[in-house]
Amino acid sequence: MPRVLVHRLRDEFDWVLLSLVTVIALSGVINLYSTGLASGAPDLYLTQIYWLVFGACCAFGVAIIDYRHYERHGYILFGCGIFLLLLVLLIGTEINHSTRWFSLGEYRFQPSELMKVALVIGLAKYLHHDPRVEGRKLQDLFIPALMTALAMVLILKEPDLGTALLCLLIFLSIMMLTRLTARSTITLVLSAPIVAILGWSYLMKNYQKERIISFWNLFVDPEADKLGAGWHANQSMIAIGSGKLTGKGYLQGTAGPHQFLPECRTDFPFAVFAEEHGFLGATLLVLLYLILVMWCIRIAALSRDRFGSVIAIGVGSIFFWQVIINLGMVMGLMPVVGVTLPLFSYGGSSILTFMLCVGLLMNVSIHRIRR
Amino acid sequence: MFVSSRSELSEFKKRYRWMRMFVVLTFLVFVGRLVHLQIVDGSEHHRESVDNVVRKVSIPAVRGRIFDSKGRVLATSMPSHTLVAIPHYFDMGKGYARMVQLLGLEEAEAEAIGERIKERSEDPKDMRRFQQMTLVERISQEQLAAVKAHEDELPGVDIVDLPVRYYPYGNLGSHVIGYMNEVRVDEVATKSSEAEEPYRSGDHVGRKGIEQSFESELRGIRGWRKKVVNARGLPLSREETEVILQDARMQEPRLGQDVTLTIDVGTEKIVEQALRGHPSGAAVVMEINSGRVLAVASKPNIDPNKMTNGLSYAEHKALDDNAFRPRIDKTLYENYFPGSVFKPFTAMAALEEGIITSDDVIHCSGFHEFGRRTFKCPRAHGDLTLREALVVSCNVFFYNLAEMTGMDRIAKYAREFGFGEPTGIGYNNEAAGHIPTRAWYDDKFPGQFRIGHTLNAAIGQGNTKVTLMQVAAAYSALANGGTIYKPQIVRRIETSEGDVVKELHPEVKRRVAVSGRSIDLMMEGLVGVVSEKDGTAHSSMSDKVQIAGKTGTAQVAKRKRSDGDTQAQYHYSNRDHAWFAAVAPAAAPEIVVVVLVEHGGAGGEHAAPIAVEIAERYFEEIAPRHEEPLIADKTTKKKVRLPSQDSEATAASTHRR
Repeated sequence: MPRVLVHRLRDEFDWVLLSLVTVIALSGVINLYSTGLASGAPDLYLTQIYWLVFGACCAFGVAIIDYRHYERHGYILFGCGIFLLLLVLLIGTEINHSTRWFSLGEYRFQPSELMKVALVIGLAKYLHHDPRVEGRKLQDLFIPALMTALAMVLILKEPDLGTALLCLLIFLSIMMLTRLTARSTITLVLSAPIVAILGWSYLMKNYQKERIISFWNLFVDPEADKLGAGWHANQSMIAIGSGKLTGKGYLQGTAGPHQFLPECRTDFPFAVFAEEHGFLGATLLVLLYLILVMWCIRIAALSRDRFGSVIAIGVGSIFFWQVIINLGMVMGLMPVVGVTLPLFSYGGSSILTFMLCVGLLMNVSIHRIRR
Repeated sequence: MFVSSRSELSEFKKRYRWMRMFVVLTFLVFVGRLVHLQIVDGSEHHRESVDNVVRKVSIPAVRGRIFDSKGRVLATSMPSHTLVAIPHYFDMGKGYARMVQLLGLEEAEAEAIGERIKERSEDPKDMRRFQQMTLVERISQEQLAAVKAHEDELPGVDIVDLPVRYYPYGNLGSHVIGYMNEVRVDEVATKSSEAEEPYRSGDHVGRKGIEQSFESELRGIRGWRKKVVNARGLPLSREETEVILQDARMQEPRLGQDVTLTIDVGTEKIVEQALRGHPSGAAVVMEINSGRVLAVASKPNIDPNKMTNGLSYAEHKALDDNAFRPRIDKTLYENYFPGSVFKPFTAMAALEEGIITSDDVIHCSGFHEFGRRTFKCPRAHGDLTLREALVVSCNVFFYNLAEMTGMDRIAKYAREFGFGEPTGIGYNNEAAGHIPTRAWYDDKFPGQFRIGHTLNAAIGQGNTKVTLMQVAAAYSALANGGTIYKPQIVRRIETSEGDVVKELHPEVKRRVAVSGRSIDLMMEGLVGVVSEKDGTAHSSMSDKVQIAGKTGTAQVAKRKRSDGDTQAQYHYSNRDHAWFAAVAPAAAPEIVVVVLVEHGGAGGEHAAPIAVEIAERYFEEIAPRHEEPLIADKTTKKKVRLPSQDSEATAASTHRR
């Protein structure tokens, strides 16, 4: 192998990113082994590994093609995401009253997960070509807001409140990067409550409202509604809290296996992890996510062009907000919405999406040096 | 317009700093939350999570038994095997098919079970997924063996031993015993608020009869045992178990208390057999000197074993559609016109108010004209004294009496004898009946009151309504010299070990404020009804026991023939109700027997024979006697000492309030 290539690999490859992702994903697998073993599905962790390997291959593929190609086809990629969302509404499989999945035999795939990445690429493409540098006004946000709204409406149709909110947060995070005029900022802030009220009245489903109300009740009076809709949040907090400083020990947790905590593999794996590994383990995991997000910002800052920066910030915001929403729900700081913990939760769509994100990050990171 | 050279990217520089600060602060909040949950509140949450692991397994309290007065078991709880499942673990595919096959379930039943499981297991947010639910109660030994042998093919299925209610005598006295079934979801809250211990879904609760009225005594309180649940399959060491289960491990259930009734199975059988040949009717047998109910029957009735097992929709509908109203207790819940059975109380009012004396005579020409209306008698009875008028049940005589006495005075004495208010026996939603007054008519039908209403009231028609239990209590008072007892159905309540918790004694409601002489005169009339040639029940006179009584033929609302009716149905539904209220033996009364045959026809022909059969068999089989004759000698008849002539009773009853 030519020495130049080895050097390039050593110098330009983002080893920090790789290590962070590997450690988080492996922790997830180990944790999954614990929950799966006791709930009568000991082989789940293997499935997760297959997905991780498959995801890693995809990530590799995404990473080696110079991201300028993605820039060139940005709107097409965005359009593909929208197309898949439309398709799932037509021919998707309905589970628990929502149509979010394509069923491929035994596997299920959730296109709204991919949409998050497509949205980031679409927004990046738009901003990349936006001639403005300073003082954006509201009307300058019109096109990106429209793109986001399109995605959100389709996702809310499924309905999937969690992912729709995520799209909004991704949009806001990316817009944070650009500068708004003072007047526009004030208008936005003032209109937020109106949008919230309209959303509550027209867009949200009853069960979603119930969850938010139950969260609020739990927040006001932690003893109330323990067996009703507040069940998940309460059980989760008990599980985390019972881990104390050092945890009950690996495979010694009680929440997952005894079904006190349903959906412990997809939505609540952190609770199981925190119960078994205590404050020390939980904090370490939180720290890993913090470093990952900071690393994304660093990649954005070092990126050679605006497209790369926006991609890194967008992907970083996906990581950041999913971690915040998931941990917030698991720790009883936010209402229960089904959002997975990046790279840690069980589930093919989720793993694949985050692996694509990692691929994009790696791409931006590798190509930071202009040649 | 390629605007992204490195230098231009400095536009984002400041933003990155803000973003980093925001991210770090947010994560600090989460670490802070972890400190709060795991360090500050850690111990408390740890204790709560242990509670999650330690499950209280409840131990059912065996329900108390119900006995008849001679200690025969009317209701008990039998050990039985119940097939249960935890829906979450149940396999709706292979497991379900196998279960249906092993138990040999019928298609409809199997489908119903499948539906119930699905209902609980489909929604992942429904926590009933993890609650044990009953699939099939009382599985047979063969089914038990089959399920045990193939346990591993039936995930989530288990067999538990749950006591199940059993009524050895089936239909016998089922209206008074009642039945049980599962508490409904919408009842759990209200039932629990009344009970010592809350109900849970799946609990059985007493319905109707004693099972319902004495629910709190019979039920008992369930106990519990703490169990360490470890689904990981890693058994906890003894030490760990000790630590987790520091204090009480178990609380024994408090068994339900046993209830002994005044009902006697022997008498009950006699009564129900005597009602054979009539599709719908009722009867009460009561001790006149205590108010204890010996037998109470309402026909048709339903086997409580079937009700407790749960009926299918079709069976429920069949019961609801049954024209003979098997769900209704006709001795307590149903009001009837008393017809002539009411006459002694009209007579009592006239006598006590000084309207008439025992020697006064009224002429019956077969009809009584009042204004433009004519009230008829079956035949012209001629001159009659009060006693004779009772014997032949002359309507004209009583119309005249009513006209003179007035509605309110009749009502006063009727109420005195307990009509118009529930007897207070204490089960099955007792009806109050109705005794009309002037005030009531003025209130309900202002300006429409006519004397005709009084005339109807005097012969137990119009707006006069009574229950069988009221008639039994009132005739007991005639026979015992004027004491109204509260009818008694429960004799005693004991713990399961046999310690008496409560002994119930006869309860005197009141002494009626009438003279002993009036009562004697009534009794003489009642004796004549059966023993004299003109008596309306003479054809039923018994040669085994002398009976005094009064017939009644209550008119029913005549209805037009509707399309679905057969000839027989039409005739049946327009026939009068037949009454007979009897006391026996006439010379020294011990029991009162009240019989009502719905649409039976004339009381003397259709109800009296039943009452007589009951009385005869009662004194032959249940309370046989050898010394005292059951029939007073013809020659000594005049000297018979009726109980009301006992000095005490007379003294009490002649004392006017």
